[in-house]
Amino acid sequence: MDIPLPAFIPDNLINKDHMNNETHISSYSSLAIVLIILLLLTMISVTVTGFHLGPFAVAAALIIASIKVASVITYFMHVKFESLFMKLMISGVFVIFALIIIITFIDYLLR
Amino acid sequence: MTDTGSRTYVSYLDHQGRFKGIFSWLLSTDHKKIGLMYLNAVIVFFFVAVILGLLMRIELLAPGRTIMGPQTYNGMFTIHGVIMVFIIVIPALPAVFGNFFLPILIGAKDVAFPRLNLFSFYLYILGAILGVLSQFAGSGPPDTGWTFYVPYSAQSATNVIYALTAAFILGFSSILTGLNFIVTIHRMRAPGMTWFKMPLFPWALYATAWIQVLATPIIGITLLMVIAERVLNIGFFDPALGGDPVLFQHLFWIYSHPAVYIMVLPAMGIVSEIFPTFSQKPVFGYGAIVFSSLAIAFVGSFVWGHHMFTSGMSYWARWFFSFTTFIVAVPSAIKVFNWISTMYGGSIDLKPPLLYAIGFIFLFMIGGFTGLTLGSLASNIQVHGTSYVVAHFHYIIFGGMGFAFFAGIHYWFPKMFGKMYNFTIANISWVLVFVGFNVFYFPQFIIGFQGMPRRSFDYLPQFQTGEVISSIGSMVLVAGLFLMVINLFRAVYKGDPAPANPWKGVTLEWQIPSPPEHENFETIPEIKNKPYFFGNTSTN
Repeated sequence: MDIPLPAFIPDNLINKDHMNNETHISSYSSLAIVLIILLLLTMISVTVTGFHLGPFAVAAALIIASIKVASVITYFMHVKFESLFMKLMISGVFVIFALIIIITFIDYLLR
Repeated sequence: MTDTGSRTYVSYLDHQGRFKGIFSWLLSTDHKKIGLMYLNAVIVFFFVAVILGLLMRIELLAPGRTIMGPQTYNGMFTIHGVIMVFIIVIPALPAVFGNFFLPILIGAKDVAFPRLNLFSFYLYILGAILGVLSQFAGSGPPDTGWTFYVPYSAQSATNVIYALTAAFILGFSSILTGLNFIVTIHRMRAPGMTWFKMPLFPWALYATAWIQVLATPIIGITLLMVIAERVLNIGFFDPALGGDPVLFQHLFWIYSHPAVYIMVLPAMGIVSEIFPTFSQKPVFGYGAIVFSSLAIAFVGSFVWGHHMFTSGMSYWARWFFSFTTFIVAVPSAIKVFNWISTMYGGSIDLKPPLLYAIGFIFLFMIGGFTGLTLGSLASNIQVHGTSYVVAHFHYIIFGGMGFAFFAGIHYWFPKMFGKMYNFTIANISWVLVFVGFNVFYFPQFIIGFQGMPRRSFDYLPQFQTGEVISSIGSMVLVAGLFLMVINLFRAVYKGDPAPANPWKGVTLEWQIPSPPEHENFETIPEIKNKPYFFGNTSTN
């Protein structure tokens, strides 16, 4: 490839905190706790399918999945340590996606 | 080597990296070369789809079978739609002009992830080839239409899986391009280029990129679910397997309506660059155009149900989607007001890029107004599934995105290739394309209102006059397109050398030589003024 290095990034735009591995990388124990929580939530989502919740079965599955996604993004993807601007943008994405799902399923409930 | 007078430099067209000859293109991570490779691919696939469209118009010259039977016609309109929508219209503007000009317009040397950019291109080529192959390979061309509605797409014995896989791969390419652009805009703007000193085309690409990243995965998963339904008999959408076909339509349009904005927002960004340059005055209402782009991206994510008014949705959902459809017209109208106000009182130079940009406004407005007929619950019932929808769709997509693409290529051609094209031929081709387009599509509104169904190879004799006028218009349109392409190709090899700033533009691409050097800027510029500052071109 004819560009061996990443293109120019002005120094003032580089998140220097992110380049320092010791400032905010989560400890192994906290990551292990999150992993255990994810496994427990997976077991719960499997268990919930055994209950006959009717139209709310999808809602239950989505709520559990949302908690899992939020945990992964917050801890494994280090969003917990990002700026407020980045957190707001990611939250906005969640809200838009949740609205799309809610609108779709309200149509089902009212049909 | 190119001599600008003040210094000698190697243009990106002549630059050789680690690889020589054709591989200096095929393996290049230079955003400009990747943009040109996309441009070549888009032109090739565009003319494949144009020929399919022309064959359909010949078939419709008379009722009954003319040159093809119903099954062939079904395959023709499906592959015409798949190529045009997934290979041309959705990716073309970000992939060609976004790749080429985004880094230059924000004062960067390349996109944030150059290798990922090249990977996106090859994903695009893979998906595009697979899409075209689906017309010829296996058990016959897919016949579902580009919308792949279930249950038919789950049951059709044709090459539906090829086309679904092609669209899935193309979606991945689109996601990666969007991701690349978001990071590029966040991280790589030149010093001093704050968000509100950024030109409007990067703003449009930014709004588009968010839709690409957020909405495309939904269609990807949905298409995979249809493949799973066909291959593994899992009942997601097919009622025979316990599925729900309306759920497919929801998931399909959750992506595919915002996809209209993936097509149109960059188009709006391009004409927003052209109007100030050819009026020689700052864009009117910069902030309004920026926020209307973001508003279109946001509100446009909640209008998908207007494609499904006759599909059996709840009354509440139909009411809601009709309301949001009317709302999304507001930011589009704000932009049109701003473009016209930009020209008002300006020093207008009616060159080919401006002609196409004005054509864009005219056709996009007709598409927008006729969209209100479709967004209204009562009138939608009358025209749903008729050629009225075909006409509206093409006025928005071809009249909008297509004309903006033509405007963009005529605007940035001197910068991309360092050559000037023949203005007289460009003006003649504009007349042919503009007149041919309207003669082609406007009669479809009329016969559609009278009940002419879409996607039908046959029709009642009372629609023949309209269909014949449409077919004549299509031939004029295609003649204009060929003339345009011949003019531009000729200019690449025999055109006069282009100066650095042939249009007296003030954004960053006009402050560097034509064609640009490999890494765009000898030194990264420091931005001091707002964009479209016509007082002093050297500092903008």
